[in-house]
Amino acid sequence: MSSVSSKIQDVFNEPGCGKNQGKSEKERKKGCTKQLQPGGAAGGCAFDGAKIALQPITDVAHLVHGPIACEGNSWDNRGSKSSGSNLWRTGFTTDINETDVVFGGEKRLYKSIKEIIEKYDPPAVFVYQTCVPAMIGDDIDAVCKAASKKFGKPVVPVNSPGFVGPKNLGNKLAGEAILDHVIGTEEPEYTTPYDINIIGEYNLSGELWQVKPLLDELGIRILACISGDAKYHDIASSHRARAAMMVCSKSMINIARKMEERFEIPFFEGSFYGIGDTSDALREISRLLIERGAPAELMERTEAVIAREEARAWAAIEPYKKRLTGKKVLLITGGVKSWSVVAALQEAGMELVGTSVKKSTKEDKERIKELMGQDAHMIDDMSPREMYKMLKDAKADIMLSGGRSQFVALKAKMPWLDINQERHHAYMGYVGMVELVKEIDKALYNPVWEQVRKRAPWEEKTWEEVADAAIAEEAAALAANPELAREKRRSTPVCKCKSVLRGTIEDAIVEHALSTAEAVSEKTQAGTGCGSCMGKLEKILETMDHWHPSPSENKSQAQQAA
Amino acid sequence: MATVITPKKSCSVNPLKMSQPIGSALAFMGIKNCMPLFHGSQGCTSFGLVLFVRHFKEAIPLQTTAMSEVATVLGGLENVEQAVVTIASRQKPSIIGISSTGVTETKGDDVDAYIKLIREKHPELDPISLVYVSTPDFKDAFQDGWAKTVTKLVEQLVEPISAGAPRLPNRVNLLPGAHLTPGDIDEIRDILEAFGLEMLVLPDLSGSLDGHIPDDFTPTTLGGISLEEIASLGRSVHTIAVGEQMRDAAVALESKTGVPYTVFDRLTGLEPNDQFISLCVRISGRPVPTKIRRQRGQLVDAMLDAHFHFGGKKIAIGAEPDLLWALSQWSHELGAETAAAVTTTSSPMLQRIATDEVLIGDLEDLEARAAGCDLLMTHSHGRQAAERLKIPFYRIGIPMFDRLGAAHQTIVGYRGTRNLTFEIANMFIANGHEPTPETWSLPKENENAGTAAVTAH
Repeated sequence: MSSVSSKIQDVFNEPGCGKNQGKSEKERKKGCTKQLQPGGAAGGCAFDGAKIALQPITDVAHLVHGPIACEGNSWDNRGSKSSGSNLWRTGFTTDINETDVVFGGEKRLYKSIKEIIEKYDPPAVFVYQTCVPAMIGDDIDAVCKAASKKFGKPVVPVNSPGFVGPKNLGNKLAGEAILDHVIGTEEPEYTTPYDINIIGEYNLSGELWQVKPLLDELGIRILACISGDAKYHDIASSHRARAAMMVCSKSMINIARKMEERFEIPFFEGSFYGIGDTSDALREISRLLIERGAPAELMERTEAVIAREEARAWAAIEPYKKRLTGKKVLLITGGVKSWSVVAALQEAGMELVGTSVKKSTKEDKERIKELMGQDAHMIDDMSPREMYKMLKDAKADIMLSGGRSQFVALKAKMPWLDINQERHHAYMGYVGMVELVKEIDKALYNPVWEQVRKRAPWEEKTWEEVADAAIAEEAAALAANPELAREKRRSTPVCKCKSVLRGTIEDAIVEHALSTAEAVSEKTQAGTGCGSCMGKLEKILETMDHWHPSPSENKSQAQQAA
Repeated sequence: MATVITPKKSCSVNPLKMSQPIGSALAFMGIKNCMPLFHGSQGCTSFGLVLFVRHFKEAIPLQTTAMSEVATVLGGLENVEQAVVTIASRQKPSIIGISSTGVTETKGDDVDAYIKLIREKHPELDPISLVYVSTPDFKDAFQDGWAKTVTKLVEQLVEPISAGAPRLPNRVNLLPGAHLTPGDIDEIRDILEAFGLEMLVLPDLSGSLDGHIPDDFTPTTLGGISLEEIASLGRSVHTIAVGEQMRDAAVALESKTGVPYTVFDRLTGLEPNDQFISLCVRISGRPVPTKIRRQRGQLVDAMLDAHFHFGGKKIAIGAEPDLLWALSQWSHELGAETAAAVTTTSSPMLQRIATDEVLIGDLEDLEARAAGCDLLMTHSHGRQAAERLKIPFYRIGIPMFDRLGAAHQTIVGYRGTRNLTFEIANMFIANGHEPTPETWSLPKENENAGTAAVTAH
């Protein structure tokens, strides 16, 4: 473990890390080993981080030394893309059992490496250390060294058991592993003045391929992308690049800085998210290359490409801007995306109501302030309940986040778009920006929201209930007002065929002192159609006595009685 | 009778197996107002959580004791204590389900003793149940973690009851295996309700992970069986366990409360469902309802229609023992052959599978054995193998991350069996090879054998 802890110290002393530079020496020594809160922690471990960082190297066998949980529960869940080998998608694990825990798992590890080389013949095997073998003292460095000698192939130990720290530390430990064992061990077939490295880009959903055509057109060669769509040989010979671009500052700054120190490869931090940022990144790449000896005309060509692509992207976004302007976005993501996506969304006319800064560095936060103003709503750690309320209260029209928090939005019946690693759409470069805007538009204007927000019919008042209520209201009004009641009674149609109202019938009965239904019928035409109202006429005759007649009725009733 | 083989290779390639602790956590998720907690490092939880999110497409409550390197060496008492206290104050659960992992088992943390100490120190935790299950990652597999957890829940939370005590004549218990989906549980509930029977399910994923829209956002599990209901399991008149893995839990429940039990090793297929319906008749004293009679008739008709397509087909199955048993036996009854069977852990059911050998292995083994098969049945990770083999692929089991509705896939009861039968038969029909004029042509002399074999296919 001593080698791991010294590596960790080394990583924490990383001068390229702004967070570290801001600390006193004593604080720096403590490193980032802030104890996570039991019962209140979420997120991956160092092993997870190491695997994520290196797995996009496509032709390498990635062997996880540990019990089934570490690989069996997690393999095949990242959307990196490969232009060639698919070996990286194969899950290899030693799946150690009780006996191994008691007697040590080194033998099984050695045999596993042997089996992999015999069956799959990869250019290299990467061996990942996990908690349990680290605890029982399996020396993977020694096993890898022995296996490497025996089989004549690089076998690279990645010493990053889960319990040493969080995911982000694992990213860096993975970087240390390839710095120690891979980078600089082979030579490229040839070099050009236009060779660059891209560091911290994982080619998720094939995003690298959204940018690569631009570089190709400019004649700029990606000597190695660390580690998206990379081959072992690319990484091994990446030390001959002229310049480097670091895409994710949090995960692999140690690689960028140490390559600058060891091989004099200057680097800058940039982003391919958003139109302006993509242009800046292209300019910066050209500038660094020219500084390192590339012809100056490269910049002119770069500017020409930028001008053409920007115009093309703006034209593609234009039809959407009208629909998206003023829409409010809640952004829950980490690291570099917290600002690079902010810029991208603002370009589309959207308004940000908040962004999370949980995983952001100090510089990341500064950039957000620059973009969103000093009083930017930065959310350090938002509980699911708060997110839910914020969305439910319609303070935001859409949430962009990683897959884990998606259900908060979906249960609140609010649009949601995945911008984290598990997403299926690529959003990088000029074309990616247009893609993002399209996706947001699709999500916001999907008619499904109207559908799902409708209440179930039985939750609303039924027409019967509405009618019942109206009837009750009317009955109350009639009971309170006898004159109204009388009017109402008299205006009820009795004979529908001949349209005879009850009032007409009553008047006829009184006036002519009628006593039979036939007589009423003769006088008023009621019942001369289909005849179905004859019964009603009899009923009226029967009930005449029980009325509370008006003064005129009184008189006629007196006549009748006489 | 099958021979069970354990492979001699050292490296597991493309794992079929998942770890015990996440099986345990899933069982805890079927309890109302529960927070499952892994005693281990953060990644142990993160991997399980992501796996379930991708499978169920639901928010998943799962916490960690966040063991660091130092805490692991010194022992995890403080971490367990802090985790329990934090969860109690933040999420206010009725129960915290603690599962150990490889890390804390290697160190040898005595969590039962920790819980005693924590109980003494924190009287405010008295209203919260703490259930601990030992589930090392380096032993057994997913369904074992599930089964052990259910047994532990029975032992710790069910109220003992004397043999002669009065029972509720219309209430039965269901102990579903880890391979039953929320849809399966709903189907069994439907059948019992048709007989006028009520059912308590331990654990009940049908109310928690069946993909409904809740009225409020809760940080713990939704739905599921409540602690009061678990305590009262002894008052039911009968216990039905589905899957051999649940036998221990059923026995534990009987020895504690005297409730008689029946273990159904599967509920997929005509025969086991006939037995199940007969049991319902016996318990309820009612005749078989018309609805169920109709469903049975439909299944029989479906089997008749489908057997033409199943006959002689070779199926490769990769699944946990109880699911493997159910699928292989059901397809065998329709005339298909289980040509390749790979599973994760040992079980008494494996020998009974109608095939030559059952391998405790991984998807690489399954892929090697599935060449020439007509269908591959396993979880979503099998898709790459099916692509390479160019054979149809039916997703079943956990994880199923590249299709929607995993929670509602239903293969139990007459109705579930009928659906499964139709679905698979349709896959065979869709994949039937249309003959062409060249199909039966004689190989030309100059042509090499390889090309001829392809055209003859």
